[in-house]
Amino acid sequence: MSEREIMEYDVIVVGAGPSGLSCAIRLKQKKPELTVAVIEKGAEVGAHILSGAVIEPEPLDELLPGWKDAPPPVCIPVERDEIWLLRPGGKRLRLPTPPQQKNHGNYIVSLGAMCAWLAEKAEALEVDIFPGYAAADIRYTADGAVGGIIVGDMGVDRDGQPKDTYMQGIEIHAPLTLISEGVRGHLAKRLIARYDLAADCDPQTYGIGMKELWRVQPGKAQPGLVQHTAGWPLDSRIYGGSFIYHLDKDRIAIGFVCGLDYQDPEFKPFEAFQQMKHHPMVREMLEGGEILSSGARAISEGGYQSLPKCEMPGALLIGDSAGTLNVPKIKGVHQAMKCGMLAADHLAETGAAEGFDAKLRDSEIVRELHRVRNIRPAFYKGFWRGFIRAAIETVTLGKLPLTTAVHADDSALKKVDEYSAPERHWVERDLPPRDRLASVYFATTEHDEDQPVHLQIIDPEVCTTRCVTEYNNPCTRFCPAQVYEMTGEGDQMALQINAANCVHCKTCDIKDPYQVINWVTPEGGCGPMYQNM
Amino acid sequence: MKILVGIKRVVDYNVRVRVLPDGSGVDIDGVKMSVNPFDEIALEEALRIREAGNADEVIVVSAGGDEVQQQLRTGLAMGADRAIQVKTGEPLQPLSVARAFLKVVEREGVELVLLGKQAIDDDNSQTAQMMAALWDRPQATFASEVKLDGGKAIVTREVDVGLETIEVDLPAVVSVDLRLNEPRFVKLPDIMKAKRKPLETVSLEDLGVAVEGNLEIGSYEPPQPREKGIMVEDAAQLVGELKNRGLL
Repeated sequence: MSEREIMEYDVIVVGAGPSGLSCAIRLKQKKPELTVAVIEKGAEVGAHILSGAVIEPEPLDELLPGWKDAPPPVCIPVERDEIWLLRPGGKRLRLPTPPQQKNHGNYIVSLGAMCAWLAEKAEALEVDIFPGYAAADIRYTADGAVGGIIVGDMGVDRDGQPKDTYMQGIEIHAPLTLISEGVRGHLAKRLIARYDLAADCDPQTYGIGMKELWRVQPGKAQPGLVQHTAGWPLDSRIYGGSFIYHLDKDRIAIGFVCGLDYQDPEFKPFEAFQQMKHHPMVREMLEGGEILSSGARAISEGGYQSLPKCEMPGALLIGDSAGTLNVPKIKGVHQAMKCGMLAADHLAETGAAEGFDAKLRDSEIVRELHRVRNIRPAFYKGFWRGFIRAAIETVTLGKLPLTTAVHADDSALKKVDEYSAPERHWVERDLPPRDRLASVYFATTEHDEDQPVHLQIIDPEVCTTRCVTEYNNPCTRFCPAQVYEMTGEGDQMALQINAANCVHCKTCDIKDPYQVINWVTPEGGCGPMYQNM
Repeated sequence: MKILVGIKRVVDYNVRVRVLPDGSGVDIDGVKMSVNPFDEIALEEALRIREAGNADEVIVVSAGGDEVQQQLRTGLAMGADRAIQVKTGEPLQPLSVARAFLKVVEREGVELVLLGKQAIDDDNSQTAQMMAALWDRPQATFASEVKLDGGKAIVTREVDVGLETIEVDLPAVVSVDLRLNEPRFVKLPDIMKAKRKPLETVSLEDLGVAVEGNLEIGSYEPPQPREKGIMVEDAAQLVGELKNRGLL
């Protein structure tokens, strides 16, 4: 294999999400002479972005003063907040809105569209943005520091052999690498292990978020209305709930999030989402409408306790690669943007990674996480105890001198013979999509089938020997895109991986109880093609 | 020899196309736009001809607003030498595009025009044929193989009955089919080089071409959704259901 071609930059940003783009913009504002590149595995900026999303506008005010004169394409001021506790049998109860969830002054956006909009701002500042190219590996310098990234090869067949169209990926050398891959990035995972960045924190914990964008019957969407639900269809042992954000043009963004620390090996997050849509309150909104786009993405929920060290020689972890999302607020965008901007300020000032972690921990970003650190863990003991504890933590602004430890999600799952699920009162469904395959259709995900499988099973024996008896192969249920299927019986039993369906949510990499699934990036430009998600 | 390749900006082939509720068109809000895949194949062929030493220059041309510059830059990143945007704010029909491209051909002294056999948005498959007729030069459509031999092009065409090989004198217009080649990936450094390659903008008026509309679009409608199926238990029930529906 020949020497890889090399491009050199002062700063390379991995991932064109809110943290990476904010960082790139801020860097060029402060130091226009720096050369900055952003590499993005989605076919275009925003294609792999999925979020609610209600955002706090402060970081935008700071980064791009006057942004409201030409706002992102989907940007609706929040008019009203509602929180509902859903009960089985179509019952519901209005709950008071906790202070963190009051959204006056915030905006409902499509984060995908907003990132595409941010990318234009970055390009105007001469940031080079390369969508459709995946950062497949880290490039290390001779002295063991991160020195940039290696772009994935294109045109490689299933067995790893070059095809006629083979194109070797280049190396991008940079003295500073910003890892802004979002939740559970595959490069971040390697870096956290290599530099032992999680040595002094709890394991990161996660949730899975699924979302559909609907066009509903005229008059049913009330632009600016923000609704959240808790309760049914989840039983009280599973943390989660839904969001229903009313946009303009008869569109409603509806989504469902549940903690990946659930114990029930038979639980199906996707099915829970679909059930939620059949509560009469929700069903009434959606009936007669159509799905425009759908998808899923893991969310970091560990917060303060799980925040790894965010610097290493030559590189920083920012945004949700670090895990700065505020769970009780149900918001991460403002945190991610602020984190990217703080990184930019630090780099512009010092020109080196060292010292960023201390600045981050001394910033409002981490102070915000500290105030709410015990709220998400309170729900480990079930919904009602969590509800009360959360109220106490909220009233005391997190000043109680106690921090609840958090535990890794993959260790939470109980074995099939150790768990029996409570009655959840789930109902017959008739709203689309019928099943996960019908849902993937709206994610417009695409992978050239003739490429190496990007979901690596480190020890496939485990699937057909231990996992099938102990957990009944939960990957066939927790994956929202039906990537994993068990085929055959007895000696013929095998795990089939429909990698082409993958929507890059990373749930399998997180929840697999044996940690034998390793998500790596497929060829650049593959994966979902979200529209206004 | 100069080769001209036409490039159209279209909704990406991977996007689920949706008709606007009022039937006035297709929803392109937030949708990925790409180079028409057949035009990519045409450009790939042009680049291979140049790389084989049979052409000196490959020019890409597109008609439309400034947004088409994005697709022209993609063409430049693939390897075209320069680009021309025929600027217009009006949606153009194939006849106007053919006239505009022909003006470029005359101005540049192009000897070979390579076009996609059709664009995947409107599936017209007209521009190449109209252009050859207006130019009064030979056309070879639906090419799956192109060989140059002196002043001739030997073109294998994909037709209903199989493959047909024809010989055309250059200058000529060739429209390309899917199996001609597999376009290359764009190398990352070439994206940067493409930013520095010349991209000229010339207005439709400056070329002396009027916007003609000889087609009128009534409305767009999505296909009827499939009716919900039922699961039958056995053959007898299947026969019964078919009889009930008057299908047997």
